[in-house]
Amino acid sequence: MNCTDFLAKLTDFFDGNIEPDLMSEVKEHLGQCHHCEVVVDTTRKTIEVYRGNEIYDFPDDLSTRLRAAVMARCEKSSCTPDAKKKLKT
Amino acid sequence: MATLSSTIAEPLPPETIEVHPDVDLVARTRAGDNSAYEQLVKQYERQIFRTANHITQNREDAEDITQDVFFKAFQKLDQFKGDSKFSTWLVRIAVNESLMRLRKRKTSKTVSMDQDLQTEEGSIPRDFAEWRPNPEQIYSQSELGDILRKTIAGLPPGFRTVFTLRDIENLSTEETAAALKLSVPAVKSRLLRARLQLRERLSRYFRQKNEAPK
Repeated sequence: MNCTDFLAKLTDFFDGNIEPDLMSEVKEHLGQCHHCEVVVDTTRKTIEVYRGNEIYDFPDDLSTRLRAAVMARCEKSSCTPDAKKKLKT
Repeated sequence: MATLSSTIAEPLPPETIEVHPDVDLVARTRAGDNSAYEQLVKQYERQIFRTANHITQNREDAEDITQDVFFKAFQKLDQFKGDSKFSTWLVRIAVNESLMRLRKRKTSKTVSMDQDLQTEEGSIPRDFAEWRPNPEQIYSQSELGDILRKTIAGLPPGFRTVFTLRDIENLSTEETAAALKLSVPAVKSRLLRARLQLRERLSRYFRQKNEAPK
């Protein structure tokens, strides 16, 4: 396995979707190729840093305001799907 | 010696099927209990706002979309079949609304999902510096937030959307494909390139300080 072959399998590698036979080739390549090892490590950190950090503020006042607006629209449209059916019958 | 009674299998206890609490909240909403729907809004408003913000890169749009998503979901609640999680169903509506908003924008940033494929940036790794110490140890929370926002904003919308759904919101590849009306191989390809582009761009900030960029 070379670096291009490995890169083509990177998504499956992260998703744990590599067949056992191929996995041994992947591991062998990673053991020999420092560049690919770094790519795996830094790509994993890329995913983790985005998962672990809330990058858009969602303050309480925004939450309260949004929820009030949503519920006001829902109340105004008043009829839930079931209620609509009941009205029709 | 085994007796006849000991060889007859004991009746199995009724199968316990774990019902997601959202199912009850949805049923109560359908029956007219709006407080149940308010509970669902409370549970998922942050996730929907985050998804819309990631895709549109515009806070005001994300606020509008969050409102619209919950209102549309309320109106279409009878279309929710329960074959996916309620949160996944909401995310799908949020993706549609966000992409529609992007397409309506008359700016140079408005591109179709297919145009993203024309870029080769980041598809071949060029930076092989290690990230040490970890990003959280180098930057303050606010500095890190700025870097992460700036970096993901530079990603083409199609890549950004796939990365958001798959890696941030944790949808499966199949769920992401269904939400974006893409094939599974197309999702995998975009995800790979999104991850590699982000990695390459973040490396400018997170690379080991004594290693010069190559």
